[in-house]
Amino acid sequence: MKNTISERIFDFLKNYPPFNLISNETLLEISQNVEIQYFEKDQIIFSQNDNPHEHFYIIYQGSVRLYRFVENEKLMLDICDEGDLFGLRPLIMKESYVMGASANEETIVYGIPIALFHDIILNYPKVSQFLIASFATNTREPFSEKHKGKLFANVSAIQKIEHGFSEIQSANYNKNPISCSPDTTVQTACIIMTKNIINSIIITENDIPIGIITDKDIKTKIGTGLYKITHKVSEIMTSPVVTFHQNISVAEAQIKLLKHKVSHLCITKDGTNKTELVGILTQQDLILTQGNSPSLLIKEIKNAKDAETLKHIRTKASELTKGYLEQEIPIYFVTKVISEINTAITKKAIRLSVSEIGKEPPAKFSWLALGSQGRKEQLLMTDQDNALVFENVAPAEYNQVKNYFLQLSEKVTEKLHIVGFDYCPANIMASNPKWCISLEEWEQQFEEWITDPIPEKILLSIIFFDFELVYGDESLYNKMAKSVFKTIDKNQIFLSFLGKVTLDNPPPLGFFKQFLVEDNGENKDSFDIKSRAIRPLVDGARILSLHHNIRVNNTIARYEKLMEIEPQNRDLFESCANAFKILLQFRTSQGLANNDNGKFVDINNLNKADRLKLKSCFKPIKNVQEAIKLRFKTSQIPQI
Amino acid sequence: MFSWFKYKNYQIFWKEYSKKFKQKQPKSFENTRFVIFDTETTGLDIYNDRILSIGAIGIFNHNIDVADSYEVYLKQEAFKAETVEIHGILKEGKLTKLPEAQAMEQFVNYIGNAVLVAHHTAFDIEMINAALKRMDLPKLRNKTIDTGILYKKLEGKKDSHFNLDVLSSEFNIPKHDRHTAAGDAFITALLFLKIVSKLKKERNLHYSDLFRVSGKEGLM
Repeated sequence: MKNTISERIFDFLKNYPPFNLISNETLLEISQNVEIQYFEKDQIIFSQNDNPHEHFYIIYQGSVRLYRFVENEKLMLDICDEGDLFGLRPLIMKESYVMGASANEETIVYGIPIALFHDIILNYPKVSQFLIASFATNTREPFSEKHKGKLFANVSAIQKIEHGFSEIQSANYNKNPISCSPDTTVQTACIIMTKNIINSIIITENDIPIGIITDKDIKTKIGTGLYKITHKVSEIMTSPVVTFHQNISVAEAQIKLLKHKVSHLCITKDGTNKTELVGILTQQDLILTQGNSPSLLIKEIKNAKDAETLKHIRTKASELTKGYLEQEIPIYFVTKVISEINTAITKKAIRLSVSEIGKEPPAKFSWLALGSQGRKEQLLMTDQDNALVFENVAPAEYNQVKNYFLQLSEKVTEKLHIVGFDYCPANIMASNPKWCISLEEWEQQFEEWITDPIPEKILLSIIFFDFELVYGDESLYNKMAKSVFKTIDKNQIFLSFLGKVTLDNPPPLGFFKQFLVEDNGENKDSFDIKSRAIRPLVDGARILSLHHNIRVNNTIARYEKLMEIEPQNRDLFESCANAFKILLQFRTSQGLANNDNGKFVDINNLNKADRLKLKSCFKPIKNVQEAIKLRFKTSQIPQI
Repeated sequence: MFSWFKYKNYQIFWKEYSKKFKQKQPKSFENTRFVIFDTETTGLDIYNDRILSIGAIGIFNHNIDVADSYEVYLKQEAFKAETVEIHGILKEGKLTKLPEAQAMEQFVNYIGNAVLVAHHTAFDIEMINAALKRMDLPKLRNKTIDTGILYKKLEGKKDSHFNLDVLSSEFNIPKHDRHTAAGDAFITALLFLKIVSKLKKERNLHYSDLFRVSGKEGLM
């Protein structure tokens, strides 16, 4: 039957998240059951501690104030306007409201029946993610004792779905792997492989995988005459095997294959090589799932003969990023894959440069990635930030060694520039004599920055303390990292200075939740998502990690580690990690759409959904900054 | 002419309807179910024109309840080309249409003993009553409220006639689906909530005041 009114409600709802994520049929059913309420200015919609309503609300017209009484003092928490959701608490947990809502002006709201939404939450992971994000960002004061750890208390169903998300993208693998015992001869194994048209066979003992033979082994070990076909497979097999558990997603498989540089993964019952074999996943399986696979790109990088080819491959990687974002593969995985590719490109650039010079390095060295590359958060082509450390050498050799590495760095940065990573405008690159120094010199440098934290030095430490090994000697890198933590440990005041600088980027919201946009210059009216939203979260994670001696660079990984170390602030760090994921995804899609580095976002071109999404990220920024202010007593630090 | 069998059937639903008025009727705004409705007709003549569609929506405790809504299109022999441009209902359109008697039965079952609200109620009620009369049934027994009169109360205005367009602009109500029965009913429902809320605030309005008609000026 025709229903003009609900069709009109449908038309309104479908413009706003999370309703735009729901199928038309379901949304129509919701539209038919909406309750419409009208409120005069200042009329109360619900009060703090009221019993939960059977609806949550979306504003159709007007605006709504959210407030909270704390010790008889009324605190304004937020102002919501058209299309904003509020009163979500009963949806997540059956508890009374922790804040009140009243009409800020004449207001019409649509009440969405919560009973109808339970199924939707179960069936639409994106809807539940959006609701949780909205709920998490507009409902609480994270530092009040009362609500600690409670936020996600009743949402196990929702979390299950979030985990289930990777299953949706799960990788296909062969669930009937062919195996043989260690005593089998190579000849018998080859006959089995030929008969089954497979390029590998797994050697098992009591169903537990202990090794693998691939076509390549036959070629390199039998074909070359090193072994005979009468040898046992256990003598030529590659062991141990790389294993993974059964719920493997495409992204996870790619990372695993890349990391171990193998072409086959054994899928076992519990993911370790101590349990039964249940399947085998090959690179081929992944290529079938996805045309443009990172494994292929890595291979191409390995075979590249010059920087031009690398550039071409990096362009393909950008396409890959785009595809990933469209498929909504979690950003954490996307960054990992792209970082692996960037790392591979840098390694190749170093190898190419060494062979160009025609002389092996005169001393051990490490090539270090700094900044976003060091944190493995680089999705787009951004500036290169890198440095080089070489082992301590005798004074007599020093100049010669340093000159070699400067020459090398010059060539590497040039190649990276061709690939598309612009030169660092501040010249923070290994080709700069200041940042191509020996271990001893680095240790002195760090000590100086930490013990005498003047502004310029703090800015340098922000960039340099996120260093990550890309190529070369691991022990040099470890020694550098150790010296940083040791020096900071002795000079805790440094963290207060660092905190002070971190707070220089206030959360980007004005009083009425308006965006603070750049008010002058070429980017007038646009929003600097990098400095105002991403950087504060990155800075927050860094200072807290330095404080706790956490040797992880990646911001999401840092927050996850912090959640473990400070369970009492779990909610805060979780909301920060979530906000960071959203922002990174946002910046990346903006950058890909506009073909730039995504630093500035034109607010006027954002649709309501995106604006809401961005807005939801700002509360965690404010909260983590508050925490830093308190913990590191930054107010005691004079203006620097 | 109606067959005795049909007449008997009408009697049954009418009996059910009448029964609902034997119960004690609510005495407060919060406990009353209001049905806000509108009709589209072939014209303004109560005797010769016919109802083409009815749209209605319920309000309970200040909430417009979309689940409690009703919309129907009627099969009518009478048809006037000149009003089509107002209501947009073609004689042989794609909409599913019900015979008048069946639509009346549904509508009467739907409204029950609710208080009926419309913009210029008198006309819409008369059109419904005329249709009921064609079924040999008596008039509707529901209490009625006219948003046009309520508005005059609010503004203290006497003579002028305020159409829905003027009022929806004044009350900042989006004019979607104007001149469909359901669309107009929805706009009227918002108008009703807004006026009542203002009257309550400014005049300390009592429930019984809603039904008091000031003056007797012609509604049509």
